[in-house]
Amino acid sequence: MSSVDRLAAGPGLSALLRVELLLALRRGADIANPLLFFVTVLALLPLGVGPEPALLARMAPGMIWVVALLASMLSQESLFRSDFEDGSLEQLTLSPRPLYFAVLAKVAVHWLVTGLPLALLSPLLGLMLNLPAAGYFCLFVSLLLGTACLSLIGAVGAALTVSLRRAGLLLALIVMPLYVPVLIFGTGAVQAALDGYAYNVQLAVLAALLAVAAALAPLAAAGAIRISTDS
Amino acid sequence: MAWQWFHRLGSPRWFYWKTGAWLPWLAIASGLLLSAGSLWGLGFAPQDAKQGDSYRIIYIHVPAAFLALAGYYIMAISGAIGLIWKMKLSYLVMRAAALIGAVLTFISLFTGAVWGKPTWGTYWVWDARITSMLILLFLYIGVIALSRAFAREQVADKACAILALVGTVNIPIIYKSVDWWFTLHQPATIKLTESSSIDPSMFYPLLTMIIGFYCFYAWALLLHTRNLVLQREWRTNWAQQALADRTPAADR
Repeated sequence: MSSVDRLAAGPGLSALLRVELLLALRRGADIANPLLFFVTVLALLPLGVGPEPALLARMAPGMIWVVALLASMLSQESLFRSDFEDGSLEQLTLSPRPLYFAVLAKVAVHWLVTGLPLALLSPLLGLMLNLPAAGYFCLFVSLLLGTACLSLIGAVGAALTVSLRRAGLLLALIVMPLYVPVLIFGTGAVQAALDGYAYNVQLAVLAALLAVAAALAPLAAAGAIRISTDS
Repeated sequence: MAWQWFHRLGSPRWFYWKTGAWLPWLAIASGLLLSAGSLWGLGFAPQDAKQGDSYRIIYIHVPAAFLALAGYYIMAISGAIGLIWKMKLSYLVMRAAALIGAVLTFISLFTGAVWGKPTWGTYWVWDARITSMLILLFLYIGVIALSRAFAREQVADKACAILALVGTVNIPIIYKSVDWWFTLHQPATIKLTESSSIDPSMFYPLLTMIIGFYCFYAWALLLHTRNLVLQREWRTNWAQQALADRTPAADR
């Protein structure tokens, strides 16, 4: 196979995307569980800090973002897990197509089934937490961009820990510090919107982070998959 | 010929014998510099006009923070060398640097908190630099936790190297974003140290301490790496010999 063929990963990529999406849709729990987690944890917040509307409104952007981050991260442990256990991950590393695109396809599907529903659900939670109306659109867009970053960064952690039996807490430990910039700019955008300022700068930074993560994170994850399947 | 030393470094045995000769010199240099620097800084440097004697903690705080940051790059670069040139030894340097770096980061956070109490009236402030150091500590802990998680050390080495490299790409982004976050949320009541020029009479002891910390870091890194080399190579003849030389005759 010539290198030109390898670069033209088009048909292989779309096939992979279709398979992954179909698998994810058939396992309904993959979609439902992060969302239920998101709603449940945020429902605990008023129980913890009290139902005072002004306080909840002040905490809403940060809490929604932090819980979305946790939901995205917890669902990431299974990103490569079943493929690793049944050996198809190893087959992917042997394929002549670059592993980069395979990782990108898996991450894209992960975002479609967790990040996108989380972003879609966020206005509802904003409503429950008394988020002022000015913040909704910005919260939605920042979560759309931000969860894509989180899926990409988390994929590196998931690939590094896929060969370990109980990876959940370790995954959190290694991935959380890398999430910091996304969290800062995501909540920063919503806060700016609430304060009545322009928030396109923060969204542009989030988009830039997404571009860098899309270029580099699948490379690191592919390297990590080669190491994990080697063991 | 110019690269011979580099290829030789790949041999744990050569590294072990070679560095054995450097250790006493590094120990002496760091002992002298650190004791001279702390005597000078604690005893003879003038008092600060605003903070009195409490500022003197910078003679530990600043060098520790310097090396905590530099140590992350040392760790990541040795990890990269291991991945690129498949050099076993550099992974061991990476592991040693992770542990020492984490301890130094903790020291700089701890001394910062102790210093914060008399100057700001509180142990902990979510200041940009403190927060960045805290995240650096988490990054170090992530690498250490990952290195302990695998049953096979060779896999752990490579996985940690990748994580360290990902962290290296992230550190400037994290620093910039934490800076930005802090300017957004800057509390009005607490005035943090503005960047003022430091007087030479306070700066020279600080410089001595920084150089002393670098020597100490090199010494600790070599010591720890040598121990890791022995742990990993203990089945080989030369390591058995080295271990036998290290234990006193009575214990054999």
